[in-house]
Amino acid sequence: MSEKSLPAVSYLKIPDDGDPYLEGHKCGDCGAVFLGERSVCSKCFAREKMSAIKLEETGVLHSFSVVYRSFPGIDVPYVSAIVDLDGGGTVKGNLINIEPDPEKIDFGMKVKLTYQDALGRKDKEGNSYLSYFFEPA
Amino acid sequence: MSDVFVLGVDMIKFGRFPDRTVPNIGAEAALMALDDAGLTIKDMQALYCGNLGQANAMVGQRILQEIGQTGIPVVNCANACATGATAFREAWMSIKAGIYDVVLAVGVEQMGKGLLGGAGGGDGIPKEGLLGSGTMPCVFAEAGMEHSKDHGTTFEQFAKISVKNHHHSTMNPKAMYQIETPLDVVMNAEMISYPNTKLMCSVNVDGSAAAVLVSEKKAKELGMGRAVRVKASALASDPYTDRDLVMPDVNACTRLAAEQAYEMAGVGPEDINLVELHDCFATAEMLHYENLGLCKDGDAGRMIDEGHVELGGKVPVNVSGGLLSKGHPLGATGIANIYEVCTHLRGEAGERQVEGARLGMTHVIGLGTACGIHILEKV
Repeated sequence: MSEKSLPAVSYLKIPDDGDPYLEGHKCGDCGAVFLGERSVCSKCFAREKMSAIKLEETGVLHSFSVVYRSFPGIDVPYVSAIVDLDGGGTVKGNLINIEPDPEKIDFGMKVKLTYQDALGRKDKEGNSYLSYFFEPA
Repeated sequence: MSDVFVLGVDMIKFGRFPDRTVPNIGAEAALMALDDAGLTIKDMQALYCGNLGQANAMVGQRILQEIGQTGIPVVNCANACATGATAFREAWMSIKAGIYDVVLAVGVEQMGKGLLGGAGGGDGIPKEGLLGSGTMPCVFAEAGMEHSKDHGTTFEQFAKISVKNHHHSTMNPKAMYQIETPLDVVMNAEMISYPNTKLMCSVNVDGSAAAVLVSEKKAKELGMGRAVRVKASALASDPYTDRDLVMPDVNACTRLAAEQAYEMAGVGPEDINLVELHDCFATAEMLHYENLGLCKDGDAGRMIDEGHVELGGKVPVNVSGGLLSKGHPLGATGIANIYEVCTHLRGEAGERQVEGARLGMTHVIGLGTACGIHILEKV
């Protein structure tokens, strides 16, 4: 079992000396930004032009849904959000620190990333995980 | 290249058959389609079988083990919710290519109950409810909310689509349900993922549908009386769009396939008399009015408000009851909607008949993403 929290997804980076961040991979030819490592750009087909970038911490809410029924054991309601990050890249995640009421959530609202424990979820070995969330900016 | 015709086509009444096997359910529709064509399994030169749940289990061969092992080539295919349409299209291509004159396409699925989809899996911890939701009602809610953002589309407008399709299903004895659901009932049903209530989600059912496709030469030999011409067959995967890998873009994929289908058929959206489209959720149907060119971008809400898409309207959509009420057995859906359109073109749809129908369109889209569109013409 690791003493430190592990990242919930591969594109969440937890440096030994610094704050966690989300990593994107950007095409040097067309500028498309992807989550996760790849060697070929699926937008412009350029090869070996990908480089890792640190994604910005702020963005705007593109779309969302308030989820009232999920799989057994998962707390509802919660807000599932699609966010366009400033500087490129689209990320999906929970929008927290906001009332989960569709009437009270505005498209285009500014949000920022926050990094917290993964809702207490642990793997089979008992490891803790760090995840990312969005909250109103 | 020969034109391709549907000579026989049928579907079973969708329902829940936990005591039957997938091949057994598929075999029933296969026999019905053969009977409809007035042919037997001995006449078939190949079988194209669509099934998702047992994609690695040779469902097509096991269907033949139930209805006749003639030794013909069998192709099993899986393509998410476009599985049935893909099997049909493979059958169509084999005749277009001049390889065969008579082939069978079958789509079949046996479903459990409950939510489909879900984010993550694999290593580590479950991601559902941690990184948003990957459940299908949520994914399609997010796609619908994008339309709300751009065009002001309301919860009530989305709900009206479900009212319409449930109403249509009261006239379809092969639908899972034949129950009227007034607007207040739809809107007050359990909220699953806003704005999709339970009655705005497609029904998980077991089902099968099958079609016998023939070349023009064979159709003339056997009699064109009830034959339906396959005017276009298009299949697209998701072209690159900025958010597609995070938020599956059902719009771009559908638009690409629609453009190809209209071009192949040499017709436009204004020529289409009825459409069976992929209403896996009420939010999805709204998007496809525009994606299929049935109206201008931004006018989808008006299409439902003004009744253009109901039976008797300008272009009736999902008169079968759609996936929302007829049910959505994933691998069967693509051929079941071809059955529905053919039934109207043959003038055999009874109470729900779209009068004077000459051209109809079918559309399915499976996340991942695959979109299959067919345009069918009365002979």
